[in-house]
Amino acid sequence: MAAKQDREPMFSPKNLRLITNPINVDNPITKQVLGICSALAVTVKLEPAIVMALSVTVVVAVGNFIISAMRNTIPSRIRIIVQLVVIAALVILVDQVLKAYAYNVSKQLSVFVGLIITNCIIMGRFEAFAMANKPWPSFLDGIGNGIGYGVILVIVAFFRELFGSGALFGHQIIPDSFYNMGYVNNGLVILPPMALFAVATIIWVQRSRNKELIED
Amino acid sequence: MQDLVNIFVKSIFVDNMVFAYFLGMCSFLAVSKTVKTSVGLGAAVIFVLVITVPVDYLMNKYILEPGALVWLGKEYASIDLSFLSFIMFIAIIASMVQLVEMVVEKFSPSLYASLGIFLPLIAVNCAILGGSLFMQQRNYANVAEATVFGLGSGVGWFMAIVAIAAIREKIRYSNVPAPLRGLGITFIITGIMAIAFMTFMGIKL
Repeated sequence: MAAKQDREPMFSPKNLRLITNPINVDNPITKQVLGICSALAVTVKLEPAIVMALSVTVVVAVGNFIISAMRNTIPSRIRIIVQLVVIAALVILVDQVLKAYAYNVSKQLSVFVGLIITNCIIMGRFEAFAMANKPWPSFLDGIGNGIGYGVILVIVAFFRELFGSGALFGHQIIPDSFYNMGYVNNGLVILPPMALFAVATIIWVQRSRNKELIED
Repeated sequence: MQDLVNIFVKSIFVDNMVFAYFLGMCSFLAVSKTVKTSVGLGAAVIFVLVITVPVDYLMNKYILEPGALVWLGKEYASIDLSFLSFIMFIAIIASMVQLVEMVVEKFSPSLYASLGIFLPLIAVNCAILGGSLFMQQRNYANVAEATVFGLGSGVGWFMAIVAIAAIREKIRYSNVPAPLRGLGITFIITGIMAIAFMTFMGIKL
């Protein structure tokens, strides 16, 4: 970018804020209420949660970039279909890659890989950001939101796998002596409703620390 | 006939879209502030599911499945287009939603006025695409079964959103801890309702 000295640098503070904001105060799950469906369904174990977070980050970042590059040529009446086609194409790529290199995880994720298409984070960011901004900031915004989504996923999955199966990444963490003393894995944590409570707790913690997020 | 009833009951209670699979969660949380709007959105979801699931079923059976193109001739029997299913399904859903919107606008302006803003939202409701993907995964035997599955899933979603909206209308008068107000408490209520719905899980149909 040497020829474009007068333009703002690629990692200016403003651009960096696009990445850090969604991780903290403007989190897609706890603040914008986007992408809840998959966040709850894939968090029983850490591994699928991380794969899911990576896939969503890739799709939202690349998708934001593509949509932003085309934003002036898309007629607004059919923009939803155009956006969906872009997302669907990217998701098919992700799905094929997962099937080829991580078949077990892809089996565990089942329909939820396909459901990245309707993950509201992606549509939400396209509408709210990519349609009005240049490709590079949009790309960063996508990465930020993907990470913000991933952080929640990983936190929830960490606690669910630790307390539900006594393991992390499939390796046993809780020592056998605990089990001999009568420790039992909490079966309730594996069940889907527990993910809702976990996210609610994260929201509670976040909003207690950051008062301006409180709704009335 | 009995099979159809089984699928219907199963998709409403046992495999409830919201409480068992968490599909359509975003609009479920965002639109459930009053009962009136949630009835509108729920009705629209039922409507779109009943149309898209059978259409996607036919699409899957005659175009996408491995060997589905055999009706074109023997030499097409080995073609497997199933990797295209996401893009086909979502294209069908998006165009169906657009079509439904136009038809409703033309023939029932009053219904259009009450559904208006929700219809385009439905294209990105994961319950709709999820319905089609589950239909593909579960290999229903014919169009009737697929239609009944779509109807049942829609009714289940409708019930869930109306129930949560009713609870949220009441909980507004309760003294909830400030950081949990709004989104947080809704998550917790949904969790408790999901636990209640899990009692249906043991039912064999």
